[in-house]
Amino acid sequence: MALVEIQNVSKTFKTMMAGARGEVHALSGVSFSLERGEIVAITGASGCGKTTMLRIIMGLEQASGGSVVVNGRKVSACGYDRGMVFQHSELLPWRNAVQNVAFGLELKGMDKPTRVAEAQRYLDLVGLGHAAERLPHQLSGGMKQRVGIARALAIGPDVLLMDEPFGALDAQTREGLQNELLAIQAKTQQTIILVTHDLDEAVLLADRVVVMSRGRVAEMLDVRLPRPRPSLAALRGDPEFGDKRLRLWKLLKTEMDADARKAA
Amino acid sequence: MTTDHATAPSSLRMDLATILMGRRVVTFASVTIALLLWEIFGRQVNPLFGSYPSAIAAAMVDLTVSGRLPNAFLQSLQPFVVGFSIAAILGIPIGMLLGRFRFMEAAFGIYVTAGNAMPLIAITPLFMLWFGLGFTVKVAIIATLSFFPICMSTWSGVKSIPKSLIEVGESFVGSRRAILQKIVLPASVPYIMAGIRLAVGKGIIAMIVAEFFTALSGLGGIILTAANNFETAEMFAPIIVLLTFAIILNAFVQWLERVIAPWHIQVTGQAD
Repeated sequence: MALVEIQNVSKTFKTMMAGARGEVHALSGVSFSLERGEIVAITGASGCGKTTMLRIIMGLEQASGGSVVVNGRKVSACGYDRGMVFQHSELLPWRNAVQNVAFGLELKGMDKPTRVAEAQRYLDLVGLGHAAERLPHQLSGGMKQRVGIARALAIGPDVLLMDEPFGALDAQTREGLQNELLAIQAKTQQTIILVTHDLDEAVLLADRVVVMSRGRVAEMLDVRLPRPRPSLAALRGDPEFGDKRLRLWKLLKTEMDADARKAA
Repeated sequence: MTTDHATAPSSLRMDLATILMGRRVVTFASVTIALLLWEIFGRQVNPLFGSYPSAIAAAMVDLTVSGRLPNAFLQSLQPFVVGFSIAAILGIPIGMLLGRFRFMEAAFGIYVTAGNAMPLIAITPLFMLWFGLGFTVKVAIIATLSFFPICMSTWSGVKSIPKSLIEVGESFVGSRRAILQKIVLPASVPYIMAGIRLAVGKGIIAMIVAEFFTALSGLGGIILTAANNFETAEMFAPIIVLLTFAIILNAFVQWLERVIAPWHIQVTGQAD
C-alpha cells in the first residue's frame, strides 16, 4: 500500500450571497497517492484547490467527503505523521531559531535537553547551525524558510507538506533552497508533497506533478528526471526538462482556456 | 549563498540607541522651554488664579520638609498598588478568554465595552455605599477603572493574532491550553503592555477622585485642602508629584516590555 492515499476527496464551502444560500465545490473527487520517498508537486491556477487539498491532508481543514490515509491511518486532525512548511514560514517571533525548531518537539512532550540537541541537529541539516540564537527578525526570508523546514522535519513526519514554500523568495535564494531541499531529500529519503504555482519548480523537484483545475485532478504528469539531481542549473539545460516543462505548460494552458470559455 | 544575509543585530541595536538618545534630547529641550515659558507668564498672573514653577518648587520643598507630601504619597500609593494589581490579575485572563472564545465574547464582551465608557463620578457614590469610606473603596474604584483598559487591550490583542500563527500550533498538535500558553499569551504581550500603560493614567485619576469623594486623604487630600485655602502653589505640588509618578511608571512598563518582548520593538521598529 502507498504511504499516502488520497481517495475521492471533496470539499464544499457553504456561502451566503445576497441572502441566497450557495455552495462552492472547492474540491471534487480528488485521488492520488505517494510511495515512500517520492516528491509530488501539486500545481494549477489560483483557486484550483491545491492549497485546500494540502490543508486537508494536514488536517487543518476537514474534507466534506472521501479520505486521506497516511501510513495506514485515516487522517481526521493534525498529527505528527505530517509536518507542515508554511508559505511565509510563520516562525514564532519571540523564539530564536533553535527554539522555533524545537517547538514541535516541545508540544510532543520531549524533555528540554533532548529537544534542544535534536533541534540543533536539524538546524545544522538546513545549514543554519551558526544562527541558532537569532530571532526571526534577524533572519533573511530564505533563512526563515529553512528554519520552517527544519521545524517540520524535526518531528520526524512520514510526509512533509509544503505550501508554496519558496514563492515569496527572490529567484536566487529560491534556487539555493530548491537545491538544498533536493540534497536533504537525497539524504533522508523524505516523502514530500509540494504545492507550487511555479512550473519550473514542479518539474525540477517532483517525481510526479498533479495538475489541478476547478477542484479536480486534470492530469498526472510523470516527470522522473534522473536522480540524484546535483545541480538545478545544469538540469535547466537538459532537453528532457524543457520537454516536460512545455508539456506541463500546455496542460495548464488548455485547462485555463477551457475555464475562460466556460466563464464567457 | 550571497543573498542569505540578515542585518547584523549589533548595528540594529546601535541605531536604536542613537534614535533614543536623540529623542531624549528633544524631550528635555521641550520640557525646559515649557517650564521657562510657564515661569515667565505665570509670574504675571494673580497667585490666586495660577502659579509658576519656582513657587511650586518652593511649596514642594516646604511640604517635603514637613513630611506631609511624602506621607500623602505613600498613603495614595497603597490603594493604587493593590487596586492596580487586582485590575491586572483579573483583566489579563478575562481579556484572553474574551478574545479566544467566541461564546465568552458574545456573552460578556458587551459588559466590558460598556464598562470601559463608564463615568467614574457616577459610580463613586454607589461604591461608597458598598465599600464605605476607607481603604477598600479606594482600592475598588482604582481596580474598576484600571481593569477596563487592560481587559479591552488584551482582548483586542488576542483577536489580532494572525490565524496562521494559531495554525502553527494546531499543525504541531498543540492542545488548546498549549496554544494559549505558547502562542496566544506571548503574542499578546505588547497589547497587554499597551493596556497597562493606558490603565496607569486611568488608575491615577481614579486614585485622586477616590480621595476627593471618600475620606479626604493622600495627595488628593492636599490638593483639595490647598484649593479651599487658595494656596495655588501648594495645590500644584502634589499634582507635579502625580505627573512625575505617571511618567516614571510609564517608563517602567516600557522597560518591562523591552525585557519581556524584545522581539516586538525590533519587529515594529517602535522604540516606545
